[in-house]
Amino acid sequence: MAAVPHIDFVLNGRPVRVEAPSTGLTLLDFVRERGLTGAKEGCAEGECGACAVIVVAPEGAGSAYRVANSCLLSLPQAAGHEVYTVEGLAGTGELTAAQEAMAAAGGSQCGYCTPGFVMSLFAEQYRPGRVGPCDPMAMGGNLCRCTGYRPIRDAALSLGPAPPGPWLERLSQPAPRLEAVRLPEFSRPTTLDECLALMATQPDAAIVAGGSDLGVESNLKGTRWSHVISLEGIGELRELTEDGVSVRIGAALPLADLERLWTDAPAVFAGWFALFASPSIRNRATLGGNLATASPIGDSAPLLLALDADIHVAGRDGRRAIPIASFFTGYRRTALERGEIVTAVELRQPYAKHLRFYKVAKRRLDDISTVAAAMAVDRDVDGRVRRARFAFGGVAATPVRIIEAEEAAAGQPWTAATVERVQRALERTLAPISDARGSADYRRQVACSLVEKFFEESRT
Amino acid sequence: MSAAGRPVAHESARGHVTGQALYVDDLAGRFPNLLHAWPVLAPHAHARVTSIDTTAALAVPGVVTALTSADVPGENDSGPIRHDEPVFPAEVMFHGQPVAWVLGDTLAAAQEGAARVQASYEALPAILTIEGAIEAGSYLTEPLRLARGDMTALASSPLRFDGELAIGGQEHFYLETQSAIAWFDESGGVAVHSSTQHPSETQEIVARVLGVPKHRVIAECLRMGGAFGGKEVQANVWAAVAALGVWKTGRPVRVRLTRALDMALTGKRHPFLARYTAGLSGDGRLQALRLALFSDGGWSLDLSEPIMWRALFHCDNAYHLPAVEAVGRVCRTHKTSQTAFRGFGGPQGMLVIEEILARAAADLSLPAHIVRERNFYRDGDTTHYGQPVEQAGRIADIWTQLKDTSRFDDRRAAVAAFNARSAHVKRGLAITPVKFGISFTATFFNQAGALVLVYRDGSVQVNHGGTEMGQGLFTKIQQIAADGLGVTLDRVRLMPTRTDKVPNTAPTAASAGTDLNGAAVLDACAQLRGRLQPVAAGLLGCDPADVRFADNAATGAGRRVPFGAVCDAAYLQRTPLFAQGYYRTPGIHFDATTGTGKPFHYFAYGAAVSEVEIDGFTGDHRLLRTDILQDVGDSISPVVDRGQIEGGFIQGVGWLTIEELLWDERGRVATGGASTYKLPSWSELPEVFEVNTLERASQPDVIFGSKAVGEPPLMLALSVREAIRDAAAAFGHGPTAVTFASPATPERVFFAVAQARAVRAALR
Repeated sequence: MAAVPHIDFVLNGRPVRVEAPSTGLTLLDFVRERGLTGAKEGCAEGECGACAVIVVAPEGAGSAYRVANSCLLSLPQAAGHEVYTVEGLAGTGELTAAQEAMAAAGGSQCGYCTPGFVMSLFAEQYRPGRVGPCDPMAMGGNLCRCTGYRPIRDAALSLGPAPPGPWLERLSQPAPRLEAVRLPEFSRPTTLDECLALMATQPDAAIVAGGSDLGVESNLKGTRWSHVISLEGIGELRELTEDGVSVRIGAALPLADLERLWTDAPAVFAGWFALFASPSIRNRATLGGNLATASPIGDSAPLLLALDADIHVAGRDGRRAIPIASFFTGYRRTALERGEIVTAVELRQPYAKHLRFYKVAKRRLDDISTVAAAMAVDRDVDGRVRRARFAFGGVAATPVRIIEAEEAAAGQPWTAATVERVQRALERTLAPISDARGSADYRRQVACSLVEKFFEESRT
Repeated sequence: MSAAGRPVAHESARGHVTGQALYVDDLAGRFPNLLHAWPVLAPHAHARVTSIDTTAALAVPGVVTALTSADVPGENDSGPIRHDEPVFPAEVMFHGQPVAWVLGDTLAAAQEGAARVQASYEALPAILTIEGAIEAGSYLTEPLRLARGDMTALASSPLRFDGELAIGGQEHFYLETQSAIAWFDESGGVAVHSSTQHPSETQEIVARVLGVPKHRVIAECLRMGGAFGGKEVQANVWAAVAALGVWKTGRPVRVRLTRALDMALTGKRHPFLARYTAGLSGDGRLQALRLALFSDGGWSLDLSEPIMWRALFHCDNAYHLPAVEAVGRVCRTHKTSQTAFRGFGGPQGMLVIEEILARAAADLSLPAHIVRERNFYRDGDTTHYGQPVEQAGRIADIWTQLKDTSRFDDRRAAVAAFNARSAHVKRGLAITPVKFGISFTATFFNQAGALVLVYRDGSVQVNHGGTEMGQGLFTKIQQIAADGLGVTLDRVRLMPTRTDKVPNTAPTAASAGTDLNGAAVLDACAQLRGRLQPVAAGLLGCDPADVRFADNAATGAGRRVPFGAVCDAAYLQRTPLFAQGYYRTPGIHFDATTGTGKPFHYFAYGAAVSEVEIDGFTGDHRLLRTDILQDVGDSISPVVDRGQIEGGFIQGVGWLTIEELLWDERGRVATGGASTYKLPSWSELPEVFEVNTLERASQPDVIFGSKAVGEPPLMLALSVREAIRDAAAAFGHGPTAVTFASPATPERVFFAVAQARAVRAALR
């Protein structure tokens, strides 16, 4: 008799086997049905963090506790992982330091969001290499409607080094190795070739990296796929390689890992990471996913457009590189052929001397942009613009570079008069829409205004 | 040692941080054979339902039944005051209104079934804006009116101006969405776990829909994952649907709205439109105000009438209006039925007067804080509805203290200096006061009951009519009961709120939860103590008058007996160890026909100073610092009170800045999820946040000298809106009357900055 398809993973330190796990069931639903009701559904789209759980991830020779939104993980994605819910923390009855601090500081009022905050704070306290007090922004993916955050900030600031004990000892051990998974509805290959072969046999399969977008589509639109292929187990797609001339960022490398590993990233990225969603989303979200989903308001595209990135893709017919300027072909459409996936993003040095990223949104942190912009200017020795890049999100059906604006600057001195020429070009070419995030008029005007802001910041 | 006044953590803090604190939907696993409910949503904002055919739904595997109006044994209506809310409507009144419900063994089956219900509609024209309702004469109430003084003062005022102000609504976004689980109890009744602020009304609506007496229904609320007014009446219908499902199938039924459903179906803070004419003296004193308020009530009355009354009561904020004619009317639109939300209309009324004073200050070239303080109520003043403003002097006292501790004058100079050298980034600083009336304006709600049970071992159970939604009511009640009986906090167990313990309770709302229920609990404890005193005296061998109860013991004549021993002795002497407590707020009344009375037991006062920085390139702002001084009387629970002040303030900041509630042209909520509707996050927390409470502020005639704190701090956020106005004006030349609708989104501020710059250019 053939074995029933199943997955195994570790939940709060105990092995769990699930037979025939459905991709339509979230990890959140699964743990709640098992009576672990500390994790809550607050929004079902990864915005509130009430469903946060910890997934053990590799870091260096050991591992790290990483918070993930369990509402955005389908149950099969948990295969092979080591997962903790809030019930796993105080299993012996003794509160962890994070829990003690939250309770003592008045960090809970209605308490509904609290388990999620606790998970984020716990993970932060045990973050490898952390020094000083815990960073409250580690809880940037958790929303609280009651407290106004001040007591939660104080709870974080009151926590010092992770106390010695089993939780700390665990981190010196490696994270579980992700093995291949083959289920009728879900596959997790471990090599690129295997992945491409699967895509050929499952042409309608959805591809998932972190799941921060696909999970939302599943939860809010009820979309179901005949098959889902996860890229999480393919080591090649999670590498960061630098050779002094260029840097290649694996398409399925979580942004949190990119931020940690890319120690000599251009300065603009430091601010960009902070503006890209929230820490818990960055723990899962990837550059490849952000590009392949081709949202006109994605955060990575404008910056990568301004950097003239190459998008490396692979299919059964081989590999190729697509200049990002020709990657987006229409609303939510890309130059990817059927059977192709993004494998890496490549950036070449030297980077522009003046390079900025701006995000205009109703909320400063963890919002979707009304307008995003990345701008770059290089000048000749005589001060004339050698190369300019003006790239935007939120002003068209795709992320765009405005060539007319770049040409308006090229060869000109970088002066207020040139800025005005650029603005005239933008006014001629931008055709944004009005929606709940902003009016067309505001989008057009703020895009022009951002060029002025960039000028103020790049005059010298 | 007294428990009241100590900075104790939340009564359920340990449960919160471990995930052991339970909410309605966490109980689903405890009900075998649970059915899941999912609604059939109408795809029109306004339509007649011409037919509903559930045949295809019933064919879906796992679907058990569908609920329609034909299944209602009682009254098909859940309206709390006016019976104008059919549970299963014949006429669809807002986009997404449920017309039927499908019950399934799994949620997926119910959802699949709901998708297969064939409903047909005849679309009707929809009214989707306040302006559209005014034009169509579509109202839910008659005009409500408050007036006093000689309105001819308007014509003779040296400074006179008209204005119109659009004020956006607000989604509650309680983290726990609306939820109910109902089942048949063991003796022929229907029981329901509901995330409700008003279990008695939830019980009433369930009984009404089932057509049974109330004693057949038990409503219970363990705790809520936030409510903020959104579960004051709008929890009822979900409980009624669950109960109806139980009635029809005999199986337990769960209704839980997803976030998307909750945002699409439940009411919000009312959007308002204000039209005004204001007259002031040359030195900035208000002479007369003519004000017309229109609120967007949505499709049914709900609590819109008392909410409009409260807006009218609070159009003075902390300022004396010698002559005023304020008229408010609730518009009927084809949208969700707007409902209670922290402040209950007060914030909208206060926003308007702050706008007026800011404009006047700019027109008179006076600093806004000077104009504000010139208009404060003084001791001996009465409000425009005839209530004496008791402790009016506290307004100026708080103001002066806060200006001092926040170094307001120094910082004004520093802001001016910063702005002089910064072309593209400008700062603004503002101070605003809050005066907020405490009591339900529906006088009969101002009563509360309690049932305190003492067991032979001296352990205590406390039942009362209030519900816990995070506001710390149970923490304060625990402290009150501990002191009332002389025991420690761990001896007092707070029981879930149930209608079979205390009947006919008021909603936990109007900031009055502790004032009412705390007093009722204390009354019960006092009775018990009175009965225990002679027993203890007997054990101690002293005069009953000399017995003291404290720290789990009775003392007297130099001797000490454990509290449990006293209780055991009392039992053996056949003394009842349970007591019902009761409280009604004294001396309050209001006559709606004359618009006069004393609707409030007292006023809560406060003030805030906020400093912001605007990026002129984008209209984005940062909140740099906020200083608050709030009058909470003698605080029963300092951690709870500080939490209410800070949390209320930040929620107000959200309402006034980033929380933009929008509907599309089809009547759908356009900001219907967490990705489009943004709550305050870490970026809205001021970098410096100084919060203090007024000292030596004991409030007579209120439990332990305390004051209500739930709602008043929300309106401290007006200081942020005014600071943004101050900063935007700094892009202009000299005093500039910068106006913008609420909320002050980056887009609105961007255009306000452009407005200020245009004035500057014109002057040049």
